[in-house]
Amino acid sequence: MKRNKTVAFAAVCAGLSLLTACGSGSSGGSGGSGGNSASGGAPAYNAGIQNIVNASTKTGGTLSFALSNTPDSTDPGNTYYAYMWDFSRLWARPLLSYKDVPGKDGLQLVPNLATGKGQVSQDGLSWTYHLKPGLKFEDGSAITSQDVKYAVERSTNYAPDVAPNGPTYFQQYLTDPTYPGAYKDTSPDKMGLTAIDTPDPTTVVFHLQHPFADFDYLVSMPQTAPVPPAKDTGAKYQEHPVSSGPYMFSSYDPNKGFTLVKNTQWSAASDPNDKQLVNQINVEFNVQAADIDSRLLNGTLDLDLDGTGVQTAARAKILGQKRLQTYADDATTGFLWYAALNTQVAPLNNVDCRKAIEYAINKTTQQTAYGGPIAGGDIATTILPPTVDGYAKSDQYKFLANPNGDTTQAKSELQKCGQPNGFSINIGARGDRPKEVSAAQGIQEALGQVGIKAQIQQYPTGSYFTSYAGSPNFVHQHDLGILMGGWGADWPDGFGFLSQISDGRAIKSAGNSNLQEENNPALNALLDKSTQTTDAPGRTAIYTQIDQMEMGDAVILPEVYSKALLYRNPAVTNVFVTEAYGMYDYTQLGVSQ
Amino acid sequence: MITFIIRRLFAAVLMLLVVSMVTFAVFFLVPRLAGQTTDQLAAQYVGKNPSPTQIHAMEVKLGLDAPLYVQYGRFLKGIVAGQTFNDGPDVSVCPAPCFGYSFKNQEPVWPQMLSALPVTGSLAIGAAIIWVVFGVGIGVLSALRRGTVFDRAAMTVALAGVSLPVFFTALLSLAIFRDTIPLFPDAGTFIPFSQDPLRWAGALVLPWVTLAFLYAALYARLTRAGMLDTMNEDFIRTARAKGLVERRVVVKHGLRATLTPIVTIFGLDLGLLIGGAVLTETAFSLPGLGRFAVNAINNKDLPEILGVTMLAGFFVVMANLIVDILYAVIDPRVRY
Repeated sequence: MKRNKTVAFAAVCAGLSLLTACGSGSSGGSGGSGGNSASGGAPAYNAGIQNIVNASTKTGGTLSFALSNTPDSTDPGNTYYAYMWDFSRLWARPLLSYKDVPGKDGLQLVPNLATGKGQVSQDGLSWTYHLKPGLKFEDGSAITSQDVKYAVERSTNYAPDVAPNGPTYFQQYLTDPTYPGAYKDTSPDKMGLTAIDTPDPTTVVFHLQHPFADFDYLVSMPQTAPVPPAKDTGAKYQEHPVSSGPYMFSSYDPNKGFTLVKNTQWSAASDPNDKQLVNQINVEFNVQAADIDSRLLNGTLDLDLDGTGVQTAARAKILGQKRLQTYADDATTGFLWYAALNTQVAPLNNVDCRKAIEYAINKTTQQTAYGGPIAGGDIATTILPPTVDGYAKSDQYKFLANPNGDTTQAKSELQKCGQPNGFSINIGARGDRPKEVSAAQGIQEALGQVGIKAQIQQYPTGSYFTSYAGSPNFVHQHDLGILMGGWGADWPDGFGFLSQISDGRAIKSAGNSNLQEENNPALNALLDKSTQTTDAPGRTAIYTQIDQMEMGDAVILPEVYSKALLYRNPAVTNVFVTEAYGMYDYTQLGVSQ
Repeated sequence: MITFIIRRLFAAVLMLLVVSMVTFAVFFLVPRLAGQTTDQLAAQYVGKNPSPTQIHAMEVKLGLDAPLYVQYGRFLKGIVAGQTFNDGPDVSVCPAPCFGYSFKNQEPVWPQMLSALPVTGSLAIGAAIIWVVFGVGIGVLSALRRGTVFDRAAMTVALAGVSLPVFFTALLSLAIFRDTIPLFPDAGTFIPFSQDPLRWAGALVLPWVTLAFLYAALYARLTRAGMLDTMNEDFIRTARAKGLVERRVVVKHGLRATLTPIVTIFGLDLGLLIGGAVLTETAFSLPGLGRFAVNAINNKDLPEILGVTMLAGFFVVMANLIVDILYAVIDPRVRY
């Protein structure tokens, strides 16, 4: 019997050792032709943050990506996710784009289809761009200024019934805001939008209602990627957008994925930004998130397209093994997790009551709730994250000095706001986001220490902004004084980050993003001033001022500057994190095997 | 028999109608009764930070501004007569059966389901063959070797099969046979049979075995119980007394009599699986109908939810009908 028990024990150990054996981390992608390997950053933990890892000019092979769901759209006029704005540059080149380098320089705008940044008229109301010569679509036809104009006409800005997903900044800032859209345009050539002129085939002129110094950022969005009117298929365009970039669609299935192959009409001479190294790029949809991580670690997948980092189990595995850490980067995403303190829900209409909350919160608990310093992010002390222009280090509530909260100061603020014994308030959170619920629980517990009784109300993510937290009526009716949320800039400066969440004029009856419902005329005026300030340092100073003003008003409780632990297949070349999108730059990649 | 089939087909249509009404009510009527407005519903299918103009445009585009009975009527009409869809520069025609257009990606629902069907079909049929062969086979052997080591071992494994959740078995098999010992490196993807039959099979081995493990266990236990009953019947003793070889006694007389409930359950199981093996497809990231249904529910994409529910219901109803017809083949006493 003892021998049988010994044998059984050995069998169990063998089985367990098989389960815990690490993956081989073998390289992915198929073989390719030889090429010169340029020297670059060697693989190391966080090497991709400031360096290009595995720099190489080697061509050939196949790059494979996976997504845990389906994209909002591959149509450049109809998408609003950072990863798709990053990735779509492979087939949809906008007028300008972000410099494809790691570090802060990656936030600079550089010419893409255009020869340079916009030429601004004296009154700031016209922005002119010139297209590079010799640009072609995948079918060999020339790209003209009218194709750029048409792209804007058919996008979400003017045709939201056909393209409902994208941003609408052009509609907001250009003249002719009532243009009915390309599909209802009755002009014979579908060029009815008077806000954009095309005096010749290579010149595009945008006419603005008011001066807007950030306009170059708007044209860096994929909505300016040209679309030939004759080849526009409307809602079906996502199946095969006509490429202006180094790759083109060869297949598309809305539930399975798509494949890109080289666009033979693309020329590197006209596009110093992007690279055309691999022969084929495969994107697979609806792969389980944990399975994406498994495939990354076993080398059968190259990158997770979503760019939001590995899941908990994979993170533990990567951080627990030096070898795997070599291929990981803890990227700052440019996103801020925060709680909005609604200024219309009593007693948070009193600034001192709001300040009491700022002081009471245990920031360490918040950081832990979001995943700790590596997966969650750094404790936030400002509203603007460090990668956004306008960020300046400051800590008005001494979060870093008192990471566990300052109950004494909190109680003092409660005295000032006439609530010495605390008060009752509700917290709104997205119930299907465990981290957010955990953070809300942390807030609840911390507030309880100073006598503030908080109840957590959970709502579904899909309708959180449309029906609950983003519906002021609902918020008021349910005393939702604290609203959990997160935000990332549409472009990496203070206006791009703050305009939707801080401008009082952006408050909407549904789909509201200014969750704190602040409507500070001084702040609104500063936002307006920033759009008319032409010098960059001047604008930066305004953004910093707004950030500090809001922190002083205690309308937002910043929690963490979000980070994501990204993992790169060792075989992928030219990998680095672009600060513009807070994830790997997808336009430079190749495979080494 | 023909009259029976016609009656059952008529009942099937009624059943599917009821299924569609209940599904429509659950996903559309109930939220309305709970106070959700049409613009709140439409806002879920628009991008981030939608303006009131965007929300209203989507509301009109999806027909959400029409009364519920009109929306339901349009859906039914689409199934029998097709629909048109304004996709921008053109008006597309969606021929019957048209289950509408996805609220999320504005692609027609029927082609998406057709695209997912081969995946689910490959998974379900492959697994079905394995679980029937092994489940029934082991059940028969267990019954014939009742009380032996083989019987005990087989039933223990069967117990494990019915006890272990599918997602556990799936993840364990991926961790061992794909990630650690890469015997099946393609597991977790779907390669069409027409593209590469060998890789198609290689990619599906783990999902087949995972799914079959659960069902084989059930069928083994069911078959064993049925065989134990049947093999004690008088007609079996008579067959042996007549001098028939044991194999003929077991297969032609014993197993055939046991098969009736097994065929019933097999039909139901296969019908349900072809409607979507949700857990297996999700665990193995297979883009079949089950995964399609999960995504549709997560996205609150009503046309997709209605479409996959009706398709799954159709398969269950048809499977029931085929099973009932097979009764007459298996059991000569059954007549319609």
